[in-house]
Amino acid sequence: MVEGYEVVIGLETHAELNTESKIYCSCKNQFGLEVNTQVCPVCMGMPGALPTLNEKVVDYAIKMGHALNCTINPVCKQDRKNYFYPDLPKAYQISQAEVPLCQNGYVDIYVDGEEKRIGITRIHIEEDAGKLLHSDKFSGSLVDLNRCGVPLIEIVSEPDMRSSSEAKAYLETLKSILQYLGICDCKMQEGSIRCDVNVSVHKPGEPFGTRSEMKNVNSFSAAVRGIDYEVNRQIEILKAGGKVEQETRRWDDQKGISVSMRSKEDAQDYRYFPEPDLLTIVVDKERIDALKAEIPELPNKKLIRYIKEYGLSLKEATAISENVDKAGFFDECVNNSNVSPKSVCNWLLGDIAKYENANNISVRDTLLTPSKLVELIKIIDSGKISNAAGKTVFDIIITKDESISDIIESKSLAQISDASALESIADEVLSQNEKSVNDYKNGKTNALGFLVGQCMKASKGKANPSIMKEIIVKKLSE
Amino acid sequence: MELYNLSGYELSRMLKDKKISSVELTESVFSRIDSVEDKIEAYVTLDKENALNKAKEVDDKRAEGKELSKLAGIPIGIKDNISTKGLLTTCSSKMLSNYVPPFNATVMDKLDSMDIVVTGKLNMDEFAMGSSTETSYFKKTKNPFDTTRIPGGSSGGSAAAVSAGEAVMALGSDTGGSIRQPASYCGVVGLKPTYGSVSRFGLVAFASSLDQIGPIGKSVKDTAMLFDAICGYDEKDATSADISHKSCLSNLKADVKGLKIGVPKEYFSKGIDDKVKASVLDAVKLFEENGAEVKEVSLPSTDYALNAYYIISSAEASSNLARYDGVKYGYRAKDYDGLIEMYEKTRSEGFGDEVKRRIMLGTFVLSSGFYDAYYKKAKLLQRRISSEFSDVFSDVDILCAPTVPTTAFKIGENIGDPIKMYATDVCTVTINIAGLPAMSIPCGYDGNGLPIGIQLIADKFNEQTLFNTAECYENLVGGFKSPNL
Repeated sequence: MVEGYEVVIGLETHAELNTESKIYCSCKNQFGLEVNTQVCPVCMGMPGALPTLNEKVVDYAIKMGHALNCTINPVCKQDRKNYFYPDLPKAYQISQAEVPLCQNGYVDIYVDGEEKRIGITRIHIEEDAGKLLHSDKFSGSLVDLNRCGVPLIEIVSEPDMRSSSEAKAYLETLKSILQYLGICDCKMQEGSIRCDVNVSVHKPGEPFGTRSEMKNVNSFSAAVRGIDYEVNRQIEILKAGGKVEQETRRWDDQKGISVSMRSKEDAQDYRYFPEPDLLTIVVDKERIDALKAEIPELPNKKLIRYIKEYGLSLKEATAISENVDKAGFFDECVNNSNVSPKSVCNWLLGDIAKYENANNISVRDTLLTPSKLVELIKIIDSGKISNAAGKTVFDIIITKDESISDIIESKSLAQISDASALESIADEVLSQNEKSVNDYKNGKTNALGFLVGQCMKASKGKANPSIMKEIIVKKLSE
Repeated sequence: MELYNLSGYELSRMLKDKKISSVELTESVFSRIDSVEDKIEAYVTLDKENALNKAKEVDDKRAEGKELSKLAGIPIGIKDNISTKGLLTTCSSKMLSNYVPPFNATVMDKLDSMDIVVTGKLNMDEFAMGSSTETSYFKKTKNPFDTTRIPGGSSGGSAAAVSAGEAVMALGSDTGGSIRQPASYCGVVGLKPTYGSVSRFGLVAFASSLDQIGPIGKSVKDTAMLFDAICGYDEKDATSADISHKSCLSNLKADVKGLKIGVPKEYFSKGIDDKVKASVLDAVKLFEENGAEVKEVSLPSTDYALNAYYIISSAEASSNLARYDGVKYGYRAKDYDGLIEMYEKTRSEGFGDEVKRRIMLGTFVLSSGFYDAYYKKAKLLQRRISSEFSDVFSDVDILCAPTVPTTAFKIGENIGDPIKMYATDVCTVTINIAGLPAMSIPCGYDGNGLPIGIQLIADKFNEQTLFNTAECYENLVGGFKSPNL
């Protein structure tokens, strides 16, 4: 609720699929290559060229359908969406109109610890368009057709979200699922995921208000900003006694405003009709089932498992489960070993996350393996090295393929746990700090910490602090 | 007899037996072109130099004793909507007047691998929309039997060139009769194959669900030979049928004994010229005399086919031709202010009236609010027409009907009256709507000496039945006449 109004949000999310080749030709599906090099007569819309469907695209879309609990339509068509624009060389986009490949699903999202179910209206396959380029070096526009024919799925949600934070959680969840399925690069800066946002507001108890559709939303944070802006804009209009127009607006993230693109009256008539160059898509039950069997445990399930089985906090469980690499790493560490999941979690969200952020890479791109982290945790737990020494080891094994025992030896990191060695250190320190010894005996117990610290210093940090402490307490009470 | 006047089948044997060389043959065809092209105007682009080079290459291969295809060294003309790598492919439109494809249509790859000699690109109605070749941006092709008359269309250049000896054979395309109708008017043999039997890859689309490339020849054997060369599954065309084709020429059996022939009564009703009707029925009678069983059949939805055809084909055309926007290739208007004006001027100036008429019609029938009333209904009708044919073919092997209601009309006679022009397609469009194979062969001449065509129609992928029946007819009548030019 914002200022007494209920907010209704529905999202249309486009995700580029990371198939080897494009959806209707064998051109490479890769971002960032030299302009107009990944093109052929088919994706350039040359006269007489014909599309042929890349079946991988159907597989990927069905996987997403399964992940979002959709019904998979075993028979569906592809349709032409007709409109003129220079980045669309055929002047129509091959998409799916009437019957999508997947429909009637849902996804559970978590906002502030609360679970919420968002309905999925449909998921359909379609092709991406090219890109217009502008530069000071030339007048007018140039077009790069490399992106033409990059496969997309469009995921349409029900108008089930009630705040921008729900919208963000929904988008984060979709992103995380796409990563788990390995069907999208999810590189926001490359436009792998884009969305159109539908927003309306109404007084509680009244029917939904008139919605506006906002295009050009290119990041999740922009979606939040755009929704908040749009909600306020609509409430202002209603408060002033006005009427919200049904229209398409464009979000300008730099200026932080949305501007009207076209009204309902100017809405384009796309003249959809079945694509006559392509056959009806028919997927048999075996294929649908086989794809379902390939769906891994998804982030939602993991999240709950991490909390229930491993006692992680919601925050920790979310941070690990929403990232497919972290979750995979975590699972590999925890499965088949008896290290504490909490320790693994602390490493993943602590030093490992720090390293990832500093270097802008994933733990999977480092030389650290789950078995090595498990080994390190075990060595620390056993008391062979201190936590501090553990960090020293970590700093090495994240970038170098060296054995942990070699590192401990070459850097002399092993802790002294041998009682007689520790006792002689204690004797020496106690004899040199009579004042503190007396303080302790006179009831100033915090002198103990100082004495243990002195012992650690004398051992150059190698003394096992807990054994050291025991020995000192024992000696002081003699 | 001059070489250009012989059938491809005979020429193929003569080439094989080294009685003639491909260079001699090609030169003969080009000298014929030199002498009659001014009168006929069948070609948009001639490619003499490459043709002679290719002919020489084939002769050399033959001299080396290499195994060559039946079509090796035979000069063939190509309709100008079939993409030929490096050779202008204009669709007889100003819009593509400068367009040179960077790739070959699949049929051209096939023909190239069989060492055919391409004479050039043949005139047509603009983007294959028309029934007279008068909508070409470049020229009006004449009927070789009477040069004051149209050759038919849209493959008018292809039919006229074969008829006049300006090509031994030709490729055309047929969306609603565009091979059969000009074949009928020009007294040659033309086959519209089953939808899906010849790859459409590289055929510049008019109406994707109806278009088929097909052969035009002087004889049934020629047409079979060329069909054998171009048919077959193509992974680049999703609508091509993944079935194996047996050679129609090798399996040719000129016999109609026991053949069940259906005569669909709707094809002989109003608007059919008496002489046309009589000639077609005479041919049917000849079949009967030679052992065929003839019965009247009915295809009740035939009357609606023309409407369904113009809705479906125009709808698809409006989308297929949207890509000609001046952005990437082809014509672009010279002066414009902004993107929208560039689109408007380019398309206004680049397309002719008939193409614009179809684009507008197609855009209209796909518009929201009209889609259900037009396009959707037409598609339903298409299903009904198909099922009526299925029913009929459970009873008969082949149908005989006129190809066109009349013989060739005068240049300019119908160009101002689209409805009258569209009506010439009444006997042919139904076949495209149903995706069936059909062939037109000459079956007589009217009082003016103009050819009349009989249309043979078979069930899907039964081209062999068409060829067998047609070959039988050709043998019975002792071959077909060439025009006196």
